[in-house]
Amino acid sequence: MTNWTEVCALDDIDDEDVMRFDHNNHTYAVYRYNDKVYATDGLCTHEHVHLADGLVMEHVVECPKHNGRFDIRDGRALGAPVCINLKTYPAKVEGGQVLVQLGG
Amino acid sequence: MPTAETNTFAGPNWTRTQDDYHLISGAGERAHAAGLVNASWYKCPVPRPRMKQLMQREDAQAIRDTVLWYALIIAAGAVLVATWGTAWAWLAFFVYATIYTGPADSRWHEAGHGTAFKTRWMNDVLYQMACFQVLRRPSVWKWSHARHHTDTLVTGRDPEVAVTLPTDLLGMFLNLFSIKSGPRELWRVLRNAFGILGEEEKTFVPEMEWPQMVKEARVWVLLYAVLIASAIYFGSWLPLALFGLLPVMGGTWLYTFFGLTQHAGLPENVLDHRKNCRTVYMNPVFRFLYWNMNYHVEHHMFPMVPFHALPQLHETIKADCPPAYDGTLAAYREIIPAVLKQAQDPHYYVVRPVPVTAA
Repeated sequence: MTNWTEVCALDDIDDEDVMRFDHNNHTYAVYRYNDKVYATDGLCTHEHVHLADGLVMEHVVECPKHNGRFDIRDGRALGAPVCINLKTYPAKVEGGQVLVQLGG
Repeated sequence: MPTAETNTFAGPNWTRTQDDYHLISGAGERAHAAGLVNASWYKCPVPRPRMKQLMQREDAQAIRDTVLWYALIIAAGAVLVATWGTAWAWLAFFVYATIYTGPADSRWHEAGHGTAFKTRWMNDVLYQMACFQVLRRPSVWKWSHARHHTDTLVTGRDPEVAVTLPTDLLGMFLNLFSIKSGPRELWRVLRNAFGILGEEEKTFVPEMEWPQMVKEARVWVLLYAVLIASAIYFGSWLPLALFGLLPVMGGTWLYTFFGLTQHAGLPENVLDHRKNCRTVYMNPVFRFLYWNMNYHVEHHMFPMVPFHALPQLHETIKADCPPAYDGTLAAYREIIPAVLKQAQDPHYYVVRPVPVTAA
């Protein structure tokens, strides 16, 4: 059974940008790049910092505290000072709305 | 989550010693208990669209500055080679070493943040080269600096406190020429090359990065072996004057001169970069050499803003910050008396006038 959750309208996120989404005491980061949407855990795996305050450069998000970078498509950590990959979640657009299949 | 309002570190009976700064058996546990570790720091409000503008990366300025810097190094090196064996060589060495090592500190720093260039590999190449020129082990200092940003001037947590208290004036003087720090860092390189890692370093470098530390140290040992072999082969000190420890010792004074303006004399254990960092207006030559790191409040508060955008960031948030210092000398008129006083009274610090409108 899928549990797609409506996050926001697609237009609420600029292209090459990120927004924070909190649900059930969990923080997610939702990205838009090249008319696709992506979702990951919202906190950097290095330290407690919200990725939604960071910078999206194409398919890479940079943490605002230590400049650690992750690939938003698969959550891969791209080098020190981040080593641990981000958890990712399926995301899609339906009827102009961003939907994310959130973690259990 | 601790907040900027949390600061109960210094109890009335706390007698500060140099031992407090150790990352093991130092004051780190006290910092934990006071909520100062990995805490939330005060941030000046900046609208997201403005911040996105300021965070944008570009290659052009960093390429221009890097080409110019290495051209200066090559020119100064050519003069050193040409004057070698004459009395002028001492002056030529001083100039060369200053250009070779002084700006390498800010290049190491900016490339380490990954903000110098837009192109990632360019940051990585400059980082490795600048690390060698400033004698900082690449992986160790990458993680050390991350900790410095997490726990800036938190006693027992920050491995990069430049002026530990009570002030060690002799040590500071010796380290203007890397007399203590240079050989110590080389010794650590050698130990790393044999797979021996420092216990304190293990507290901030993740275990998965340790093999990389060893690999980098072995490359450096190889480079130093080539340098020494060259000196023996040519029967000259010249190769050692051009690369390695000697130019570091000759040029450290410049980045120390800039670097002390960052935090010296300011309070530890406060969760507000406006209180523990200085922003100093510097002339264009200094700003080129220092890559705008004189905007230090701005850099610490928003480390994802690249060096070339720091002046604009300063304009954006300056109303919410203490006034910037009018120049490097103005900063030193405060720093020197403060550091001298801290040699006698380690609890003394300079209080910065944070705007009353701010949190």
